[in-house]
Amino acid sequence: MEHRVSNQKTKQKACRIVKIGLALLLAGLLSACGEKKEAALIVAGSTSVQPFAEALAEHYMVLHQEIEVDVQGGGSSAGVMSAKTNTADIGMSSRSLKEDELSLWHVEIARDGLAVIVNPKNNVTDLTLQQVRDIYSGTISNWSQLGGKDAKIHIIAREEGSGTRSAFESLVMDKQEISPRAIVQDSNGTVRQLVADDPNAIGFVSLGLVDVTVIALKLDGVAATRENVLNKTYNLSRPFIFITGKEPVGETKKFIDFVLSEEGKKILNDEGLVTFDTGGSQ
Amino acid sequence: MKTTREKLLSLAFFLIALSTLSALAVITLFIFIEGVPVIGKVGFFNFIFGMKWAPSLGYFGIFPMIVGTVLVTLGAAVIGVPVALACSIFLTEFAPKRVRTLVRPAIQLLAGIPSVVYGFWGLTFIVPLIRTYLGGPGLSILAGSIILAIMILPTIISISEVSLLSLPSLYKQGSLALGATHWQTIHSVLIPAAKSGIMAAIILGIGRAIGETMAVIMVLGNAVAMPGSILDPARTLTTNIGIEMGYASGDHQQALFATGIVLLVIIMILNSAAQYIVRKR
Repeated sequence: MEHRVSNQKTKQKACRIVKIGLALLLAGLLSACGEKKEAALIVAGSTSVQPFAEALAEHYMVLHQEIEVDVQGGGSSAGVMSAKTNTADIGMSSRSLKEDELSLWHVEIARDGLAVIVNPKNNVTDLTLQQVRDIYSGTISNWSQLGGKDAKIHIIAREEGSGTRSAFESLVMDKQEISPRAIVQDSNGTVRQLVADDPNAIGFVSLGLVDVTVIALKLDGVAATRENVLNKTYNLSRPFIFITGKEPVGETKKFIDFVLSEEGKKILNDEGLVTFDTGGSQ
Repeated sequence: MKTTREKLLSLAFFLIALSTLSALAVITLFIFIEGVPVIGKVGFFNFIFGMKWAPSLGYFGIFPMIVGTVLVTLGAAVIGVPVALACSIFLTEFAPKRVRTLVRPAIQLLAGIPSVVYGFWGLTFIVPLIRTYLGGPGLSILAGSIILAIMILPTIISISEVSLLSLPSLYKQGSLALGATHWQTIHSVLIPAAKSGIMAAIILGIGRAIGETMAVIMVLGNAVAMPGSILDPARTLTTNIGIEMGYASGDHQQALFATGIVLLVIIMILNSAAQYIVRKR
């Protein structure tokens, strides 16, 4: 008998939780309908650029209460397409534009560098791109094959669908698959944390997130630094591009100017990107 | 007058009660609508028994994750169940009243700790221990099992304690009067008599372990390959959804819902088993 009593009690509790949840949901829906902005700016495209665009939009909307900046995903190609067809005011791309797309107005707002990181205790500090590829495809599995100590390499990758993973795949893997044995983490922060803790780990994160707890490997002898990303000697980087159908005017221009201003650059730098000293490069 | 009001009230309560059921129905329906098409596309057999999960390349096999789920959960049961049973026997049979009033709320508190805190503790404490003393990356089935074993303790302890307490005191008195020692009474009279309640407690605990996501994401390593030992990283059905839902779209997103279907079915089977065992008594 008593089981049933306690069972009922938990059911009642669950009941209450569901009800509170529904109430909150309704409240949320209602409040969302409350405010109306005068103008809306739609920014759509690459999911890699999306979080940075969202951070920019958030700051921009604090400064300009009258305007709503709506940031959407969809991927780089969708971003280019939506700028071309004017379904979005600004398209976002995290890959270089193809030849037939170069006629669109575009500006590189920043570059995202990718650092391959290892534990500070690891004496391997310089690898070739081919060696990194072999590690991640599973061909090389022991640090002794790379001049390190005799220990299994623990490879750490990001989850399927992550922009950082797809950047790593296109910049490093050259159509090869990342080994299914790789440990998968869902944020740059946890990858860095694991590499900092595990002497035999290797991982990749955005360049801006490299700190003293990990070592960024030299690739083909080139150090992973902001300078080398900017002068393009360090190859693991990709452009973050804003695209518009025609020369931007009005609210679109104001937002892009904000992104390229010192304030916008500071936001992007704080979020871990590499920005240009001279503003955007067209 | 009063009767209409009472009727209205009971109707209102009925409708509110129905709303919780409808939440279940809506969620189930939604998961099935979203998930079934991709199972049809990939093929039921390829989905359940496929060895390769690479959504960007069109591979949707969740068998390694089913194995991961089973191994992690079994591990949690092997570690957690004996501890939980010993604890509930101690609380009902041996503990002085003072100790009991202290320990019982403490165990309830264990249930109140958010799972992300368990995960974080596991990541900073259990994982380095395993890495240092047993080898491997530390993020492993063993780490997941240890964390889950702790998390299912409150469920198993409180339900099996209730079932031990609900036994008629005649059982114990009779056994002692026949000359059995206290321990003999516990293991050959009380535990067999409370068997169904204890079984239900274990099954509900296992259900909790299977459904846990956050803590497991942090300590399990989430590799999609079939694990070779308990020191290898693995991925469970829940963590597959939890780790990939962020950017998933299209078939990939639907495949995650399909993972949810498999999970839902497993949990439904477990819960009905627990209900059945309790009712049978």
